[in-house]
Amino acid sequence: MSTDVKRGIRAVPGNFVPLIEIDNLQVEYLAGRGSVRAVDGVSFSIGKGEVVGLAGESGSGKSTIAQAIMRILQPPAIITGGKVLIEGKDVLQMSDKQIRDFRWDEVSMVFQSAMNSLNPVMTVGDQIIDAILAHRKISEQQAREQAKEMLRIVGIEADRIDSYPHQLSGGMRQRAVIAIALALQPPLMIMDEPTTALDVVVQREILAKITELREQFGFSILFITHDMSLLVEISDRIAIMYGGEIVEMAPSRELFENPLHPYTQGLMASFPALTGPRKRLEGIPGSPPDLISPPSGCRFHPRCPHRFGPCDSIHPPLIEVRPNHFVACHLHTTPEGSAQ
Amino acid sequence: MSEQRDLVLDVQHLTKHFPMGGMRDARKVHAVEDVTFSIPRTEIVTLVGESGSGKSTTARLISRLIEPTSGEVIYNGTDVLKSQPRGASLDYRGDVQMVFQDPFGSLNPAHTIGYHIERPLLIHKKVSGRKELRERVLDLLNTVGLGPAEETAEKFPYELSGGQRQRVGFARALSVEPKVILADEPVSMLDVSIRVGVLNLMKRLADDSGLSFLYITHDIASARYISDHTNVMYAGRMVEGAPSDELVHEPAHPYTRLLLSAVPNPHAGLRTQETVARGEIPSLIDPPPGCPFAARCPHVMPVCREVMPNAVTIAPNHWVRCHLYGDGGVSPLPTAANSVG
Ligand SMILES: Nc1ncnc2c1ncn2[C@@H]1O[C@H](COP(=O)(O)OP(=O)(O)OP(=O)(O)O)[C@@H](O)[C@H]1O
Ligand SMILES: Nc1ncnc2c1ncn2[C@@H]1O[C@H](COP(=O)(O)OP(=O)(O)OP(=O)(O)O)[C@@H](O)[C@H]1O
Ligand code: SF4
Ligand SMILES: [Mg+2]
Ligand SMILES: [Mg+2]
Repeated sequence: MSTDVKRGIRAVPGNFVPLIEIDNLQVEYLAGRGSVRAVDGVSFSIGKGEVVGLAGESGSGKSTIAQAIMRILQPPAIITGGKVLIEGKDVLQMSDKQIRDFRWDEVSMVFQSAMNSLNPVMTVGDQIIDAILAHRKISEQQAREQAKEMLRIVGIEADRIDSYPHQLSGGMRQRAVIAIALALQPPLMIMDEPTTALDVVVQREILAKITELREQFGFSILFITHDMSLLVEISDRIAIMYGGEIVEMAPSRELFENPLHPYTQGLMASFPALTGPRKRLEGIPGSPPDLISPPSGCRFHPRCPHRFGPCDSIHPPLIEVRPNHFVACHLHTTPEGSAQ
Repeated sequence: MSEQRDLVLDVQHLTKHFPMGGMRDARKVHAVEDVTFSIPRTEIVTLVGESGSGKSTTARLISRLIEPTSGEVIYNGTDVLKSQPRGASLDYRGDVQMVFQDPFGSLNPAHTIGYHIERPLLIHKKVSGRKELRERVLDLLNTVGLGPAEETAEKFPYELSGGQRQRVGFARALSVEPKVILADEPVSMLDVSIRVGVLNLMKRLADDSGLSFLYITHDIASARYISDHTNVMYAGRMVEGAPSDELVHEPAHPYTRLLLSAVPNPHAGLRTQETVARGEIPSLIDPPPGCPFAARCPHVMPVCREVMPNAVTIAPNHWVRCHLYGDGGVSPLPTAANSVG
């Protein structure tokens, strides 16, 4: 069963060439009372030039996956199982030198803490210039011009190049970090909540720019955000996480129009509308699962409005119920008829 | 429309210029320029606007973390900037709490979550005895959905996800039973379901416990969901203010219209949005005269580049600062009564 699942998740129509394949990844944080199973058996792949969106509950393991791919998890985190294959090589097995080269050449990351991840005693310009110079053989003057151009691309006036991080607003710091990531253009870019401090106009401009650069250079993106409407617009496929697991994954339009997992459905029903009558929203009742001793069966069962017989005892596997639409829920145990 | 409102906070002509910082650079960043608005008691007032337009600076000025270049912050009728020396205003500091925008930079990595919430409780003498202290801490953690609270209290910030840290910031602000909370993007890293929970909590605190909020956000739909009034900032200036629902349905300022047109709206289905042209990046460094939006505005007129438009009231509690409205800039500045609903 599980190998089918993995093959299925990879199989996306068109000429899908995987860049990175995450296979049954398990990450635990050793805590006082036991271990927090922050990522529990997650598999998916990202194609060359593809944008995969990762959304889901706060604390469900999204940033942990990103850090595992980069192999930057620190103790008490331990990767207890799985593979992260990039062009056939397992990141988790690489030597220190290989991992350094990988981080340098093949992937760049915008951290969720981006606003707080710049060096406080160095101007933003110098930080961008350093990144550029480390990757390209050009003069310092040329690098400075490029850095100014990168700032303009993310909507910061070039005159701010000599500002220190504390002199910039939260969103400007986030944009400076995006500028660094974009300047490097590696094959894989991981962006963890890169736009939380950006207004929608600036956000839209930056996403348009990222899309343009992606079309030009063909890099892939793992995009983590809580903003579902943004994800639907930017990503090719979306995975939804709950309690350390992927509970649903589908092409973004399909996921948005036809969410199948009750958690995904709950998320979709929790958006305040911009227009129309103002009605009270309830969110999803109940509280997030305790990842030290997660609920038996389906982890969502204590909060699920549709739970029935098997839900509290049997763990539902992630299966393909429509072409490329995977869901882990007992309501959807058999593929829908081929007439679909 | 001009009935006297009971204002908990009344901000008048608040202005902050930062030095550029370079050694020979005498230029100034005009981060906040002549900002006037108010917060009626038990209401939620939203501040939206472009990234870098001065929202956080406005909140920091109100909370007295930084001193303004000029302007007044009137709290319950007294100008707090004049009446008290900065360090001595413990009452004001307790009454007006801030939730910081950056949940990664605002928690001390060396201390547990419990400590972060205990400290303000002790400083502001809100509890008597260890037992009550403990109970309050656990209670607050549960209130913001960070249960099991006993465990969360023992954790260190690095053990929490981004959204979990954000809720610690909120619990900490709530701990001292403030009268006003200045919440700077308090829900930006929460999934929509938990976000609705925090928004409902804010609404409940306003309706039932008499708190007032300044809610800074980029999520305009959430602003409409919980807030009474929304103000829009652009390049250091307040450019429009209106009842939140009206602002969404009848935006007046060209920037507000641009902002609303860019909102991804899942309920509208998947529409392909026209990409908005960037145009000039607004400069805050010794900015030119005239309307700050002139360089990008599709309706720009010659006067716009010369003269700063005045704020004009166009409907009850709805004002706008744009030459397209009123008679070329003779209308008075909004007063407390007509600037905020
Ligand atoms: N160093 C740590 N020690 C113990 N537990 C940790 C540690 N870091 C993270 N966790 C826990 O692991 C879980 C997953 O965290 P992660 O940061 O991956 O969540 P996330 O999905 O990115 O959430 P958010 O959307 O709020 O950023 C959380 O429940 C968190 O409390
Ligand atoms: N200490 C400082 N020195 C110089 N300039 C500053 C300082 N603090 C803020 N600024 C500038 O003031 C302007 C307003 O910043 P502020 O943080 O208030 O914006 P914001 O509206 O909160 O933006 P965001 O939505 O991105 O958080 C920005 O241009 C910023 O660079
Ligand atoms: S004042 Fe002029 S430039 Fe400014 S928004 Fe109005 S029309 Fe546009
Ligand atoms: Mg995260
Ligand atoms: Mg800010």
